[in-house]
Amino acid sequence: MSRNAGMLASITPPSNPPTSWATASTYAGRTVRQFVRTPQLLIVNAVTSVMFLLIFRFVFGGAIQTGSVAYVDFLIPALAAVSGLFSTGAVGVAEDSETGMFDRMRSLPVPRGAVLLGRSLADTALITWGTFVTLVVGVLVGFRIHGGALGAVVALALCITFAAALSWLQIFLGLISGSAQAAQGIGFSVFPLIFVSSAYVPVESMPSWLQPFAENQPVTAMVGSVRALVLGGDTEALLGHSTTWFVVRALAWSVFILVLFATLSTRKFTKL
Amino acid sequence: MSSSAAQNAAPTIEAHGLTKQYGSEKKGLVHALAGLDLVAPAGQVTAILGPNGAGKTTFVKAVATLLRPDSGTLRVAGIDAIANPEQVRRVIGLAGQTAAVEPALTGRENLVMIARLFGHTASAAKGAAEAVLAEIHLEEDADRAVKGYSGGMRRRLDLGASLVGSPRILLLDEPTTGLDPRTRIELWESIRSLVAGGTDVLLTTQYLEEADQLADHVVIIDHGRVIATGTPTELKSQAGLDVVEVRVQHGSDLSAVAEILAPLGHEAPHLDEPARRVAVPVAAGTEALAAAVRLISERGIALDDIGLRRPTLDEVFLSLTGTGAPE
Repeated sequence: MSRNAGMLASITPPSNPPTSWATASTYAGRTVRQFVRTPQLLIVNAVTSVMFLLIFRFVFGGAIQTGSVAYVDFLIPALAAVSGLFSTGAVGVAEDSETGMFDRMRSLPVPRGAVLLGRSLADTALITWGTFVTLVVGVLVGFRIHGGALGAVVALALCITFAAALSWLQIFLGLISGSAQAAQGIGFSVFPLIFVSSAYVPVESMPSWLQPFAENQPVTAMVGSVRALVLGGDTEALLGHSTTWFVVRALAWSVFILVLFATLSTRKFTKL
Repeated sequence: MSSSAAQNAAPTIEAHGLTKQYGSEKKGLVHALAGLDLVAPAGQVTAILGPNGAGKTTFVKAVATLLRPDSGTLRVAGIDAIANPEQVRRVIGLAGQTAAVEPALTGRENLVMIARLFGHTASAAKGAAEAVLAEIHLEEDADRAVKGYSGGMRRRLDLGASLVGSPRILLLDEPTTGLDPRTRIELWESIRSLVAGGTDVLLTTQYLEEADQLADHVVIIDHGRVIATGTPTELKSQAGLDVVEVRVQHGSDLSAVAEILAPLGHEAPHLDEPARRVAVPVAAGTEALAAAVRLISERGIALDDIGLRRPTLDEVFLSLTGTGAPE
């Protein structure tokens, strides 16, 4: 027993609490390792998106008119952009809350907001993984980049920015859901955002009362940006607006979503 | 006995008039803490004993700064926990049902992660994890994923995770609930060796025996209030008398045995007809048992079993409150 006491006596209490960055990177590191070592998580995160991709590419695609652009080229940039809405981030957050992981974090001398920042960084990486899987499967079923390399790089950067914003939306949904099971259900509540947008079908094909919503919501702005950047300037006519018009809106939406849900989530998490 | 006791004369935990309500006027209020007064002396293990819903976890959460009491004062290691929760978090370690370990990480990775979050540098975190692994005897399994651990190993790791920051106060929320008896005894050993090393411990438990085994100071709470405090021995002589329990072979002998036991008992005997059992709390355990054996055999009544046992938590509650432990 004295030997054991000696073991612990060798630990000097840290003189300072961890910095925000140490906290965020430590928690992000744990969460990323959790993904990588739990294959189900990696697969589930990609499988819904891939399933929709294949169904729309091969089942509905033939019936959807996208003018001079091949449907596969119309579809893949959209799916790459919205993979954050298919992510299971909310479920992961609800699990951390249910299992007591968050309680342990909140009992530690960490800057509490930094725990969620770490979660967001890891979830952004997971969403980016979903985007990557979508692109690979997309290429396998016929998708090609028609714009320049610069456009593709900017599109990818935009996707990651939007992913970061959506990771905070997922964190918020996870925090308010109360249980992992509820979080799974709440996760579906974002589906109208995906479908009532230009992601799968042109907005003009929708009833006129639905068009104003579809035209102005964040997913359409995001999808339009990525399409315009990836497919090249020729498609601007088809999309109805200039590349800049879309990109500015997509960025504005991303910042708005990120600030809104980061604030709400942090307030909920740090409150005693 | 304990170095931290010498350095720090202030009580480990000092709560006065602590209240916490859940729910709403409409749906019905739950008074999880209803004016709790509790002092956990420094240099001791304090056990909070009570049934489910007594307010044990709510109190631990308040001490761990996971929730803010509605009213009252709470000092942890002399620090005002309501005004300065950040400072409290630097001196406590939390383990048990309110905290968790990550199944996808190895035991060592879990400890390093928590050590980093206590504020250790990367190399100090490694050293702290190493020392804790030795303490909780998990060195051999340190590099296996926790999802492959047994329930007992997980609890030991959970306990270890609360130690990597070298906390002055350890908060253990029902550390052995759900463990089999053997594993429970192993975990008790780990907790005892920490206490010998000078860590102050506050633990909650539903088991009288656990409080008896580990604690110097026991606080019994119910409905968010303290209903008794003292050393385990004091409480047992005050409330939890030993129980003589007899099981007869023929149900028809039950009332005859109850009549024999009545004069030996501290209270009226309790009859359980379907189980053909009579139990009676007695003041002088072994003498009462000997007398019961003699008197029953004189009458020639056939028994399945006769014995002396410790009171259950339910019986302690019965004695202290006049009502059974609420579900």
